[in-house]
Amino acid sequence: MTSALTYSDALIAGILRRVRTIAMVGASPNWKRPSNFAMKYLQEKGYRVIPVNPRAAAGGASILGEPARTSLADVPAPVDMVDVFRGSDAALEITREAIRLREEKRIEVVWMQLGVRNDEAAAEAEAAGLTVVMNRCPKIEYGRLWGELGWGGVDSGVISSRRPRLVPAPGRGTSE
Amino acid sequence: MIHAGAGPEPVSGARQTPIFQNTAYAFHDADHAASLFNLQTFGFIYSRLGNPTVAALEQRLASLEGGRGAACCASGHAAQVLAFFPLMEPGSRFVASNRLYGGSITQFGRTFRKFDWHCDFVDTEDLAAVEAALDAGVKALFIESLANPGGVVSDLEALAELTNASGAVLIVDSTLATPWLCRPMDWGADVVVHSATKFLSGNGTVIGGAVIDSGRFDWGASGRFPGLSEPEPAYHGLKFSETFGDLAFTTHAHAVGLRDLGATMAPMNAFLILLGLETLSLRMERHCRNALRVAEWLEGHPKVAWVSYAALPGSPYRDLAAKYLPNGAGSVFTFGVRGGYEAGIRVVEGCDLFSHLANVGDARSLILHPASTTHRQLSDEQRAAAGAGPEVVRLSIGLETVDDLIRDLDRALAAA
Repeated sequence: MTSALTYSDALIAGILRRVRTIAMVGASPNWKRPSNFAMKYLQEKGYRVIPVNPRAAAGGASILGEPARTSLADVPAPVDMVDVFRGSDAALEITREAIRLREEKRIEVVWMQLGVRNDEAAAEAEAAGLTVVMNRCPKIEYGRLWGELGWGGVDSGVISSRRPRLVPAPGRGTSE
Repeated sequence: MIHAGAGPEPVSGARQTPIFQNTAYAFHDADHAASLFNLQTFGFIYSRLGNPTVAALEQRLASLEGGRGAACCASGHAAQVLAFFPLMEPGSRFVASNRLYGGSITQFGRTFRKFDWHCDFVDTEDLAAVEAALDAGVKALFIESLANPGGVVSDLEALAELTNASGAVLIVDSTLATPWLCRPMDWGADVVVHSATKFLSGNGTVIGGAVIDSGRFDWGASGRFPGLSEPEPAYHGLKFSETFGDLAFTTHAHAVGLRDLGATMAPMNAFLILLGLETLSLRMERHCRNALRVAEWLEGHPKVAWVSYAALPGSPYRDLAAKYLPNGAGSVFTFGVRGGYEAGIRVVEGCDLFSHLANVGDARSLILHPASTTHRQLSDEQRAAAGAGPEVVRLSIGLETVDDLIRDLDRALAAA
């Protein structure tokens, strides 16, 4: 890791409002794994989350009701966001595939999970016109920006005197 | 102090934080209930683990201390148990300053032994002794930023460096400083604990405590804290450090600590502390200004042998106070009365405005003779180390008009 990563709340909120379908690369069928936690939460918030997991796909498994896919190429379009739930080393190859499939799948965002960072991948993706977020969890960010994270005593960093709207559905939320 | 953690309530628009005087929370359906019990989603189950009013206070304290998250609990003593609970196993050891508040010395030295938790007390001004004490088996170093009652200021930066290098966790009780005077995490502390009973609430109305985590300690990489990095059987074998990252400590404090230790903060108390925090900056300014005036006056009094206030020019802690407490050295300090134990008791009993009671951080000025009260359970040696010898009188300077306070002490000293 080099410099710290900072993303504005407006950028993150914008992504989470715009995105409807997420391809989660590395989603686990084991309900005790963090990726499964995040997938379930995002589904509850109204996102369609399509798991990419070659081993699960080979066995014909579904994860939280969605058939697992072998690769990003197998995920039906449109895919608004690719969520990388793999190690930082694997992120480069996944990002390059997202860049290759960008037009076909209408991919807009490459999001690397908390603990995942690959600056080379980020530079290539940004050069290709994709929005990149690294070392963040969309579940935590969603909870942080719309108040749920604070229920557990965690500081959201959000200071606002505005009356919050109740948690928005993805793609049409207006909470500010 | 006013906004963090407490925007308008979404359903009603209520601007002041509502008191959610409520035990349990309705589930949407069985799947939602399962998600909550599995920690898969955020939400409230039962107020022993979390409550919206308490959560607003937790967020505000985390924000004020520069931490990632916080867990509030029933008292400052409960906060100490809650802070150590994720770190310790039976047989575990930690190191603490020998100048702590007397009640902490008793809790760590005696009661914790019943959990098979062991504390070694060291003089934390002797950095070589601290370094020697922090061997590879030590889980944590516990200090007070501004010690009670002796006007002692800890060298936070140096102690954080030593603790960090040893792989242990630095826990700082910052009750007497409050985040308005000092933020220990800015100097390297990993965890901060408070008795919210004192300045945070400020009116002597509640008993409450808080544990704030910086989110910076890498529990997974350390391997010294299996409670946070190894599978937790009560949650289907999930590892807190892996699943919750920098939220691991805060999540554990609620989902395991408060769940099983049960020392929960009442919503009404959280509300009163939130209310107190709104005026923390104003109150601390006045507390510190009054305290300095009283300390200066006492220093010139013929019946006073010494005054321990860290902001006085003659204090050995003046440089540390200038570094760590630039806005003031708090309002709790001690002085020595000529005439020893008996004279100390006579001063305390001679006051009409200062209240004789065992508390600090109230809007009212308080006076106490530690050797006969709060530090009574300690040995002579421990009392001397803690700055609570026989001639010592402790003051907690309140928000009154300072001339009235000086007049009261003048009368009491004349009669002593």
